[in-house]
Amino acid sequence: MARGNGKEAVIEVRDLVVGFGDHIVLDHVDLDVYRGEILGFVGGSGAGKSVLMRTIIGLLPKRQGTIKVFGVDLAAASDAERQAIERRWGVLFQQGALFSSLTVRENLQFPIREYLRLSQRLLDELVVAKLEMVGLDASVLGKFPSELSGGMTKRVALARALALDPEIVFLDEPTSGLDPIGAGDFDSLIVTLQRTLGLTVFMVTHDLDSLHTICDRIAVLADRKVIAAGTMETMLASTHPWLRAYFHGKRSRATGREPARG
Amino acid sequence: MSDLLLREADEGGQLRMAGRGAWVAENAGMLEAEIDAATTDVTAKRVDIDMGRVEQIDTFGAWLLERLTRGFVARGASTNVFGLREDYRALMDEVRGVKPAQMPVRSGRSATGFIASVGKGVASVGATFVAFLNMLGAVSVALVRVMRRPRSFRFTSMVHQLDNVGWRAVPIILLITFLIGCIIAQQGIFHFRKFGADIYVVDMVGILVLREIGVLIVTIMVAGRSGSAYTAELGSMKMREEIDALRTMGFDPIEVLILPRLVALLIGVPILTFLGSMAALYGGGLVCWLYGGIDPDIYLQRLKEAISLDTFRVGMIKAPFMALVIGIVACVEGLAVKGSSESLGLQTTASVVESIFLVIVLDGCFAIFFASIGM
Repeated sequence: MARGNGKEAVIEVRDLVVGFGDHIVLDHVDLDVYRGEILGFVGGSGAGKSVLMRTIIGLLPKRQGTIKVFGVDLAAASDAERQAIERRWGVLFQQGALFSSLTVRENLQFPIREYLRLSQRLLDELVVAKLEMVGLDASVLGKFPSELSGGMTKRVALARALALDPEIVFLDEPTSGLDPIGAGDFDSLIVTLQRTLGLTVFMVTHDLDSLHTICDRIAVLADRKVIAAGTMETMLASTHPWLRAYFHGKRSRATGREPARG
Repeated sequence: MSDLLLREADEGGQLRMAGRGAWVAENAGMLEAEIDAATTDVTAKRVDIDMGRVEQIDTFGAWLLERLTRGFVARGASTNVFGLREDYRALMDEVRGVKPAQMPVRSGRSATGFIASVGKGVASVGATFVAFLNMLGAVSVALVRVMRRPRSFRFTSMVHQLDNVGWRAVPIILLITFLIGCIIAQQGIFHFRKFGADIYVVDMVGILVLREIGVLIVTIMVAGRSGSAYTAELGSMKMREEIDALRTMGFDPIEVLILPRLVALLIGVPILTFLGSMAALYGGGLVCWLYGGIDPDIYLQRLKEAISLDTFRVGMIKAPFMALVIGIVACVEGLAVKGSSESLGLQTTASVVESIFLVIVLDGCFAIFFASIGM
């Protein structure tokens, strides 16, 4: 795996081009995600943030470039290698994407059952442990996704993403649709889990508060490229017009206060 | 069995154990067995667990370690876990807080459960019937309201639905009814020939197709093709709260969604029935000519003698009623969809099965009715 500045890159995106028909969404994009960091990925609506995330996890085809995860080029990997990598990441989709015909318990056990042979007792205990980690309790076990509130759905979906103890989690707008208190709770939950489990977090977000409080590094997508990647201070100091508009705009009064992380 | 957990020494009421290797998800199955074996026969009052040689631990391993210590504590032993790497402290603290929960018991398939499900099934037939009547009433009310203000009728929507259920169904309906006509004629000729009554096959084809088969085949096709589509459309709209959104904007979903669909079926099905019957007669005639040696002129002449306008009417009168049944059932089932994709599948299945069943029952009722009025 490539090492830069003494940090190990778990995801390396090089020269990536993704497009639909005539429309090029990502044009020669480079991006590194280092082990153990929380990377906030921002960009305007429709700029292609989710497209990059979905391309990395293999849901969208790329036209050019390489994507290496844990040092393995996914395009060149065999099916078995791919599956081994997929087992090491978890994905939280924007709408949760819980299986609507399975209960919460079955949703959480689904990935574990697929990969591991464990006793029903251990499965049940683990599900409770995972739920408690995301701040829920055993009372939701028997519920179906349609019976959960928005915040609960996100938490259950996060628990499912974490079911196999992945090393990387991809979060697609984890705090969208949550009230500020719920979003704040979710942010601190992500930090707690990241520290506890030593996760690498790739987070697509619009939430400036999240960017301030929990992200170690921020990558910005604009004009079909990653125009900047670095800490919040770098972003605030940048003179790029889009960055100035984003971090110093009307909605970003939050930036007036001191960044929570030094 | 690998040795992720070693029993090092057991003396003087003091047990010393040591963990090794990777306590991670892949090894969780083995580890669980070792842990359960370790806690079965414990007499020690004090257990020391050395985790110094554990290289890696994840939620699975952490929980199993917690289960191990809880197992000892439950047997009256005090435990001391040491040597665990500092990075894993937070993870251990996290699982320590996990409360053992009572799992909801899976309802097994017992004999009483089976009988109960039969009972529920029977009761739900009644409930479906009530829902059917409910929808019929609601549609009638909406129809009266629309008749008073004809401009509020969703004409565009109706035409769109008519395109879907009528126009686009024409090729497949023509093909299937044509084939059915051919098959009836072929079977008729084959068996009637034994009695030298070949020519009566024309009577059979004419009466059977116009009175029964034409309308039945068409309505069964429509139930499978359009009824299921209605249920799935309305069901997914229900799932995504689109129907609630309509209500909050002051629209009546019956008027906006269901009435245009029903009207489209009421117009489309009789036309399809007519086209289907003609295709079946054509297919029958073709087989009579090619296979039975009955000249087309003779076929037509014999057909004129065999059928009357009433024969044709009987089939056509039934068509709109069957269309209504299919439409109402499809809409009732569509609105009965709950949050899950499974329920969408169940209701769509129910919609097709019920509407085909009801169409056939209705056909039987019509047969009795027409027989008694001498048509």
